[in-house]
Amino acid sequence: MALALLASLPAWIGNSYYVNIASQVLLYAVFALGLNVIVGYAGLVSLGHAGLFGIAAYSGAILINGGYGHFLGIVGALAVTLGASALFAVLALRGTGLGFVMITVALGQIVWGVAYRWISLTNGDNGVSIASRPAPFGLSLVDADPFYWATLVVFLVALAAIAVFVASPFGASLRGARDQPRRMNALGYNVWLIRFLAFLFSGLWSGVAGLLFLYYNQFVSPQTVALTASAEVLLMVISGGTATLLGPIAGALLVVVMKNVASAYIERWNFVLGAIFVAIVIFMPEGLVPGSLRLWRWGVRRWRQRLAGPVAMAAVPPGSGGGQ
Amino acid sequence: MNLWLLAANSIAFGGLLFLLSAGFALIFGLMRIPNLTHGSLFMLGAYFGVSLMAWGLGFWAAALVGGVGVAVLGGLIERLLLRRLPGAELAQVLVTLGLSFMIADTCLMQWGGDPISIETPAALRGASHVAGVAFPTYRLGVIVIAVTFATALWAMLERTRLGAMIRAGVDDPMMARAAGIRVPLLFTVVFCLGSGLAGFAGVIGGPILSVYPGLDQDMLPLALVVVILGGSGSLVGSFVGSFVVGVLYNFGQALLPELAYVVLFLPMLLVLVVRPAGLFGRPSP
Repeated sequence: MALALLASLPAWIGNSYYVNIASQVLLYAVFALGLNVIVGYAGLVSLGHAGLFGIAAYSGAILINGGYGHFLGIVGALAVTLGASALFAVLALRGTGLGFVMITVALGQIVWGVAYRWISLTNGDNGVSIASRPAPFGLSLVDADPFYWATLVVFLVALAAIAVFVASPFGASLRGARDQPRRMNALGYNVWLIRFLAFLFSGLWSGVAGLLFLYYNQFVSPQTVALTASAEVLLMVISGGTATLLGPIAGALLVVVMKNVASAYIERWNFVLGAIFVAIVIFMPEGLVPGSLRLWRWGVRRWRQRLAGPVAMAAVPPGSGGGQ
Repeated sequence: MNLWLLAANSIAFGGLLFLLSAGFALIFGLMRIPNLTHGSLFMLGAYFGVSLMAWGLGFWAAALVGGVGVAVLGGLIERLLLRRLPGAELAQVLVTLGLSFMIADTCLMQWGGDPISIETPAALRGASHVAGVAFPTYRLGVIVIAVTFATALWAMLERTRLGAMIRAGVDDPMMARAAGIRVPLLFTVVFCLGSGLAGFAGVIGGPILSVYPGLDQDMLPLALVVVILGGSGSLVGSFVGSFVVGVLYNFGQALLPELAYVVLFLPMLLVLVVRPAGLFGRPSP
């Protein structure tokens, strides 16, 4: 049902501008799902994932412009991204908690510094563009609709892969390593290795999203790897609700739509982004999807209690139910 | 390029970094708050300095008032927002990150997108000759200021009652609280102090770096690398780390301009592999 709706989306939207926004939502959903593996299921907050996303986009662009073709470009870019993820993971996993956050921020900023300053490789502030989108199996992706379908296919593969990953015994041991690292260690699990592999998996899907981004825009610039970009995707994960499959998708939808709407009316997207961060943390610390569910359940209970009569209306403070 | 000049610039930049990262290291060490607004506070201090000087204040007065202004703002952030989120590290990261975006955008609105340079104070213009080598006087001045502040901070931490309370809070907040130290008040004091130092450093750095949108994002990773190198909560660590980063960054920019950031990253990599708690940090229990 939802699948049919998604697949037929271009038909009933019509306007290619909105189809393009739908493609953006899907590609960022892949990114957010990938980040959620490490943020939600491993419990390690990364603020350097735009670096991995950008490394994939840049290496893809450089390989394609170097004449290696789309297939080798994609494979090469994903290999480079996996290598970078391994390096990131080895360094960042030297710390947990805050140490992890700070190291990922520093690593992300270093990628940004390279993108911005290593002009002979990355063309600096001007960015790198690529001439064309690929044409898998002879299908041209130049128009908005075919590109949307291609993105949808990648998105569904990512969703299925991450769903399987999370439900697998390895996913269970990852959650175990998040909640009870010492106990997992005592049980004979190698917590470090579990986290390392989860980071690689997360980096891989960030890289896939980075390539989708490259093909969507046919352009990549240092803006793509800025701290703001890492923060945006983290906002998608957090706002939707961490450690859920639907949360990051809802978050991607929310942020992309808001960003497009906001930038159409106001120039101050960064201010709005920052304000949303602060507001979410203060008012809905568990994320928008679980937070709204909690409020909705509370509302339903209030309504039922009102039907049951005023006696049952014993004061239920907001927020005391549901979430606990 | 003259090697001596480069060395002087590196040390001056290291001094500036110390002013920025000492506060960051203290806040992180005492409160376990990764204050991602620290770069923004630096930039905000610099912009405050620009406006204060435009209103006719002298350079040093502007640096002091700018620092105090940023300290007050830091105190407000701590009291109104961070206080509500005790121990919630992720929430603190997000709030400080969100605030840093809001501050950056507000600065862009208020002061525009063009770089603004801050005039070097008249008394420190030109060059001084030390042992027959000419150094820009202002850079020497920055080094003197940084060393003075380092000494004062060290004396405050090691020799005063407040310093003893802060050290107790860094070492063991629960015991410090049990011993009757008002740790929440200490938090506010340290947050104000750290923010004020960052704001002050912003004005002092103005004649060297000038002020531009994105200055915050240039400075924050430097402060992070200093703290990762030196160890959180360690003043000596930030001092040594600042000069290491200052030297590497300046020499890197002069010799390998395209890879200055990567050069910066090498010692961090080494320290993380060999000694994850930082050169002067204690391993966390």
